[in-house]
Formats: sequence, C-alpha cells, structure tokens
Amino acid sequence: MRNLSRRVRRTRRGDFQVRLPESERAILRSTAAQLREILPSEDPWVRRLFPPAYADDPAGEEEYQGLVHDDLVQQRLRSLDVLEETLDRDRLDEDQLVAWMGSINDIRLVLGTRLDVTEDDRGDEVPDDHPEAQLQAVYHYLGWLEEQIVESLAEGLPT
Amino acid sequence: MSAGTTTAPVEVDRPADEDITEPDVPWLVIVWNDPINLMTYVTYVFQKLFGYSRSVATKLMLDVHHKGKAIVAHGTREKAEFDVSRLHAHGLWATMQKDT
Repeated sequence: MRNLSRRVRRTRRGDFQVRLPESERAILRSTAAQLREILPSEDPWVRRLFPPAYADDPAGEEEYQGLVHDDLVQQRLRSLDVLEETLDRDRLDEDQLVAWMGSINDIRLVLGTRLDVTEDDRGDEVPDDHPEAQLQAVYHYLGWLEEQIVESLAEGLPT
Repeated sequence: MSAGTTTAPVEVDRPADEDITEPDVPWLVIVWNDPINLMTYVTYVFQKLFGYSRSVATKLMLDVHHKGKAIVAHGTREKAEFDVSRLHAHGLWATMQKDT
C-alpha cells in the first residue's frame, strides 16, 4: 500500500517543497533516462510527442516539422536535464518544478500511448501478474504526482 | 450595445498595410481531446500560454473533453504556427486550419 501523503506543495516563500520517498525518485530517474534515450529516435511511441500541425496539408506539415521538430527535442532534453540535476532536492523553484512537470507529462504520454490507455482507464483492470502491470502502475503513479505538481503551480495563476 | 457617452464617432487612423499583415481569413488553433493529458494540466497550459483566466481556460478544457475539440486561439498563419508549436511542446494534440 502506497503512502498517499501529499508530495508537492507551494511554500509561503513561493518555492515548492517536494517530499518524495527514494523509491519514487528512483522511478523518475529511470523513466527520465529511458525518455532521454528514445527522444531523438524513430520510436513509434515517441511520435506522440510530435503531433502534426497541418492535418490536410502535407507540404505545410513537412515545412512545420522541419522548422520545429529539432527545437521540440531540444526543449524536452533541457527539461530532462533540470529534472535529473534536481532529482535529489526537496526544495524546487518554479522553473525547476515546471521542468519536472514537462518531463513527467512527456513520460506519461509515451507510456500511455504504449499502454494504449483510454479515457476511463482506472488502472485496476490489469491483474498483478500481467506483463504490463508494472508499466500501468508507473503510469498511474506519474499521473497522481503530476496532478499535485499542476495544482501547486496553478495556485500562482489568476483565477 | 454598451451604454456610453454621446461623443461623435472618431475617425480611426488605420495603417496602410493593415490588410497585408492581418489577412481577413484568420487561422484557427484547435486542441483535440486525448485520453492521457490530465484535465488540470490542460487548463494550466491554456492559462499559462494564452493568459486566460482559470474560468475561461476551464471552459475550453471542458469543450475539448466533452466535444472532442476546441478553438483555443486564432490569428495569422505565423501566430497560429507559433501557438501550435507551444502546445506541442506541452504535449497537447493541436492542429491549425484556415477559418472557413
């Protein structure tokens, strides 16, 4: 049974307190390393991170991808840099937490695409001995953590 | 119409090249529903990228969620492309098309 206490909260000073057990930091470390490895590749699941801009215009689409694809890869690598450099800290500033959020969301997009998740997935339909049970658990854990990160960041935005 | 004072209409001094820089037919930026992005995250991204209030961003997010898509921005082709690339950087499924 996972300890469900809150992991991320905004402090009065405006930075963020991150209380993560080592086991959860290890999940972030290994999934971030995996994303870093497949990001520049033609991995079919990583394509989810680079959607088409022009649905019905192949020429426009080719031009768009030529303009932005490498930038999007670089931005994602920079977020991973920040996540990996700050993984052991329990205090983060806003930019660092935004980088965590971006990388965690990227990891979830790749994992969720691989798991072929649907809108009403609850994460309890796969038996524990299923080959994808562990990936499912990681996917749902990252969603739970990201929700807290987003809530903490959103507190700073106008209502 | 909003209530106002009774001053005469003012002649607006339009720049001569306005029709070139602001074409009549704008481009629409559309975000499509996907099963992975969190609703709170999508709302946050709309606020952060477009400066929408939480209520406007939440309404757009719910349109994406329930109707399958929402128009989140519009403008010139260059602006739409820029907005789409920022949405792609945040992992949202965004496309652009000419308003018809």
